[in-house]
This record gives sequence, C-alpha cells and structure tokens, in this order.
Amino acid sequence: MKKEYLFDKPKNVKRFFTLFYILLAVFLIADFFTAKHGELPWENWPAFYAVFGFVAFVFLVFGAKYILRPLVKRREDYYE
Amino acid sequence: MSNSVPPFAIFLAGAFVVPFLRNRILKSAWLLLLPVLSFVNLVHLSPGASFSVPFLDYELVLCQVDRLSLVFGYVFHLAALIGFIYALHVKDDLQHMAAFFYGGSALGVIFAGDFLTLFVFWELLTLGSVFLIWTNRTRAALGAGFRYALYHIIGGLVLLAGILLHVKQTGSTAVAFIGLQEGNLASWLIFIGVGINCAWPILHPWVTDAYPESTITGIIFLSALTTKSAVYVLARAYPGTPLLIWIGAAMACFAMVYAVIENDLRRVLSYSLINQVGFMVCGIGIGTELAINGAISHAVNDILFKALLFMSIGAVMYRTGKSKCTELGGLYRTMPATCIFCIIGAASISGFPLFSAFVSKSMIISAAAHGGMILLWFLLMFASTGVLEHAGIKVPFFAFFSHDSGLRPREAPWNMLTAMGIAAFFCIFNGAFPGPLYSLMPFPVDYQPYTAAHVMGQTLLLLFASLAFVLLLMSGLYPAEMRAVNLDADWFFRKGSRLVLTVVTGIAAFVARIGEALFIRFLPSFLSNFSRRPVSRMAEAVGRAGNPGNQDRLDQLNVIPSGVPVILAVAFLYVLAFYFIVKG
Repeated sequence: MKKEYLFDKPKNVKRFFTLFYILLAVFLIADFFTAKHGELPWENWPAFYAVFGFVAFVFLVFGAKYILRPLVKRREDYYE
Repeated sequence: MSNSVPPFAIFLAGAFVVPFLRNRILKSAWLLLLPVLSFVNLVHLSPGASFSVPFLDYELVLCQVDRLSLVFGYVFHLAALIGFIYALHVKDDLQHMAAFFYGGSALGVIFAGDFLTLFVFWELLTLGSVFLIWTNRTRAALGAGFRYALYHIIGGLVLLAGILLHVKQTGSTAVAFIGLQEGNLASWLIFIGVGINCAWPILHPWVTDAYPESTITGIIFLSALTTKSAVYVLARAYPGTPLLIWIGAAMACFAMVYAVIENDLRRVLSYSLINQVGFMVCGIGIGTELAINGAISHAVNDILFKALLFMSIGAVMYRTGKSKCTELGGLYRTMPATCIFCIIGAASISGFPLFSAFVSKSMIISAAAHGGMILLWFLLMFASTGVLEHAGIKVPFFAFFSHDSGLRPREAPWNMLTAMGIAAFFCIFNGAFPGPLYSLMPFPVDYQPYTAAHVMGQTLLLLFASLAFVLLLMSGLYPAEMRAVNLDADWFFRKGSRLVLTVVTGIAAFVARIGEALFIRFLPSFLSNFSRRPVSRMAEAVGRAGNPGNQDRLDQLNVIPSGVPVILAVAFLYVLAFYFIVKG
C-alpha cells in the first residue's frame, strides 16, 4: 500500500484550515479589546492591521501578476 | 591584546593550509576550528584596540575595533561557522579556500581603520566571492561570475576614485563619517561605490543574476557578507543621509514584486535579500539612534534567517538537484526536519512574534513613525506584507507543500541539519529574548518590542495577509508558477555585452577583410609578378594560419572577454594616479 502522509488525508487538511480560521477570529476579536498607544492615529483603529495586511497582499500579488509579469516575462532560454 | 592578531588574519592565513590537509577528518576539524579560533581572538579585542603599519606617508590602520564593527565581527563569525558546518561534506578544496578568503576579507572591511585598507579588502572580497560562484562549474555560473566580477570591479574603481579625492581634499584616510555633501564629488563617488555592493536599485542585478548560480554551500557565505559589509560602511560614513531613506524604501518595495513572479527559489531569496537590505538602508538613512540600532540588529537577524532559508532550499537542491517552484512540491513528506527549519526561517523573516525580525525590523518602522514620515511608514508596512508573501509563504509552500511533485528525496545530511539547527536556534532566541542582541548595539537600546498592541498589530497583519493568500490560491487568482526569465537591470549588461561583441567582431571582421584583400589577394599577385610561386604559397599559408575560428568561441562565451583586461589596465592607471596624488 502507498504510504500516506500528514496532508494526504483530506481530514487533516480540513483540521488545519479550521484551526487557521479560528485563530483569525480569536485575534480579530481580541484586537477590539487591546489598549493601543500608536503614534499614528490609524494604528489605534480596531482591525486596522488586519485590513491593511489583506489589502496590501492582494495589491502586491495583482501588481506582480497583471503589471510586472506581462512587462518582463520572457522565454526561459531568452539569454541562451 | 598583545596576544591577538587582526581579525582577518586567521581566516586569510588558514585558507592556504586547506589544500595541504589530505586527511578527511583533519580537514573537517580545520574548517570548524578556524572560525572558533578566530572568534576567540576577536573576543580578546576590546573597543579601542588597533593595529597599524606605515605605508608611504600614511599609517595604514589594519584594524580598529569599536562597538559597531564588533557586532558585525561576531555575526560574521557565527555565519562562517554555520556555513562551514553546512559545507563539511564538500570535497572541493577551492570552495573552502574561497570561503575563508572571502570571510577574512569581509572581516578586513569591517575592521579597517583607514580607507586604503578598506579598499584593498573590498577588492579581495570580490575575488573570494567570485570563486564561490565559479566553483559551481556550470556554464551559467561562469557567465554570471564574469558579470558579477565586472560589476564589482566597476564599483571598486568608483570607490577608489572617491577615496583618492577624499584623501586629497581632507588629508584624512580615516574610515569615519563623510556624509553626502552638495557639490562634493568625493562623497558621491564613495557613496555610489558602496551602493553597488549594497545592491541599490539598478545597481543590484549582480545579486539576483549571480547568487542563484553559485554553489549550494557558497550562497550561505555570499548572502551574509558582501551586502552586510556595505551596510556597515554606510552606517559608518553616511548615517542620517535622507537620500538613503528613499533608496532603502525603493529596494524594499521593488525587489519583492519580482520575487512574487520568480520561479527559481534561490532567486526568490536573492530578491528577498535586496528587500531586507532595503530596510537596513532605510534605517541608516533615518539616522536616529533607534533607527541605526534597528538597522544593525536587523542586519544580524537577516544574516541568520536568510542563511537558514538558503540552507533549507540548498538542502532540497542537494537532494533533488532542483530549485524551481514548477519542479518542486510536497517535500514535507520525506524531508520533515528541513521543512520545519525552512518554516522557522520563514516565520523569522516575516516577523511573527517570538521570531527574530519582530524585534529588529519594528525598530526601523517605529523610527519612521517617530519622525512623522508617513509615506515611508506605509511603504515599509507594505514591504513587510510583501516579505510574508515571497519569503514567508512562497518559499516553504512551493518547496514543501503545494502539489505533490512525486519526489521522495532523503532527509538532508546531518551536517546540513546541524547548521540549520544552529541558525534556527538563534532566529528564535534573538526573537524571544532580544536582550543579548540589543546589548551589542552601538547605541543603548530603549525599545520594548513586546507590547500588547505591537504583538496584536503584527499578528493580525500577518494572519490576514495569509488569509489573502489562501483565498487567492483557492480562487485560482494567485499567479501560476511559470518557467520563464524575468527581465531585470542585468538585461543592459547581458544584451549590451552582446552589442559590444557584435560591434567589436564586426570591426575585426572588416579589418580582416581589408587585410585579406590587401595582403592575401592584392599584394601576392602584385609581388608574384616578380617571383611567381613562392610568395603566393607563403601567403596561402599565412591565410590559413590566421583563419579565425576565434570568432565562434567569442560568440559562445556569454561574457565580455575584452572588458577584464581593459579594466585591469584602468585599475593600474588608478594606482599610478594615486601615487602621484599622494606624492604631489
């Protein structure tokens, strides 16, 4: 029989993601109860970093995919 | 003090013993003993110690010790020890010699008390490092090594020109604060010369072109030393230079966009290197005590987690011979330890709480906030998210998870695992207990990374950025990994060199044609009027001997063969110029 590894079982993958989403929720809720002392005003908004992280990530990936890649991508043997 | 030698001496001298040790165990012992011995020597040097020898009318200060140089000295030794443990299985003496030579030169740079000594070690640094690329012994490595050498020779010449002008203007050779001065050419030349080794945008392609072509073990040394010694010189000579803030921000932001679409993981990490050095350059540009401490502590941490990441991908490459996202995947199955070390490195570079970047990068970002630099703050936060993308998620995910490549390599050899273990230990130790790291900084550290708000903010940023990754991947919007070349600033060199070659060989062919017409066709037939057979036979013979198969060979080599001697000649002229300036 072929050896099965940790994430070969769909159940384990599901467990991993459940854990991940719980973690997200816990931290997001806790953020509303954290005392802030940020120097910049928006640092003290609830969930600011969560929104910033999400948006910045999507912005970066789309920038790379739709702007940079079409400009610079060449065949792998371009310099050969 | 009296029993100590300059920090570079043990590495440089020890390098030449390596080929004479024929016994395998003896050689391994030597490789591990030297960094330890050199470190013990360094510990005995206290701030203020110096060695100097007279040269012409100057005193060459071979070594001058202060807090700033000591931090770099310590971490360079740690990196060297880790690197040699990682490379213990390598049988190629030349690689070990180059690594010692390179490490010794880097120590020479950071302890140099005057600019002339610094320059000499700066050049030796290039010499040592280029062999770590060439010893990979592939065609790509040969070409990349030549381009690498060319960049650094040009950078070295710019630096030397700056140093000569500086010495002429100020009469001082001391490695000390210079600062960028309006209309002062010397300060600009030194600035740019150092900037080439620091991989500033457009001056950077030597990193992303050559590092991924180097040997699996050599890249551990390369990633630690060249750029960090340039960061050291900037911290020494140009702290608080506003231009550096924007150069640093540009480095941090542009490199990571390339990293997102790059397929070769060692190249992804090379872009990541530029991105991280960008944070340091930024900190030096801000120039406050908090920012400088942030830059230096981040340099220390970066050396360790970048080494760890390069080592984990190196181990994968050692076992599978592959380093591209499109060819890897699912390796957690049979290389679990390497996978865990890679994840520790990824968590450290991303700045998760309890991991190293959390306590160092945040000082730089805080310094930006303190100074009210709002645009900069946003750029650095954006870059922090980007670090998570390309180094925090992409590197471990595409190597060890993602689709199953079907590869079932064995776990990395014990020496590689040991080296990764040591680096991983320091990544977590520096992150969880930043006290010892902070105590080594040039200025007293009054910074508390572990506040509830900071931990919460950073964790949320990273978690929700990870969520973005999960959603993009599941929806199929995440850019597919592709086998491709992405054009970068090295295009100008690589295609430019071809243009030069075409022009030069074009001219040569033209001259040859004229020569042929004149000496092979016209003159012999002309002369043969006087004496018919012998001369035309001679001419035929000459024609055959001079028939150039050379042009084909030039076309094959993807390099500028004529450039190197020219630059050597220019270097010689610089030395002459120096002699006359000093004497005059």
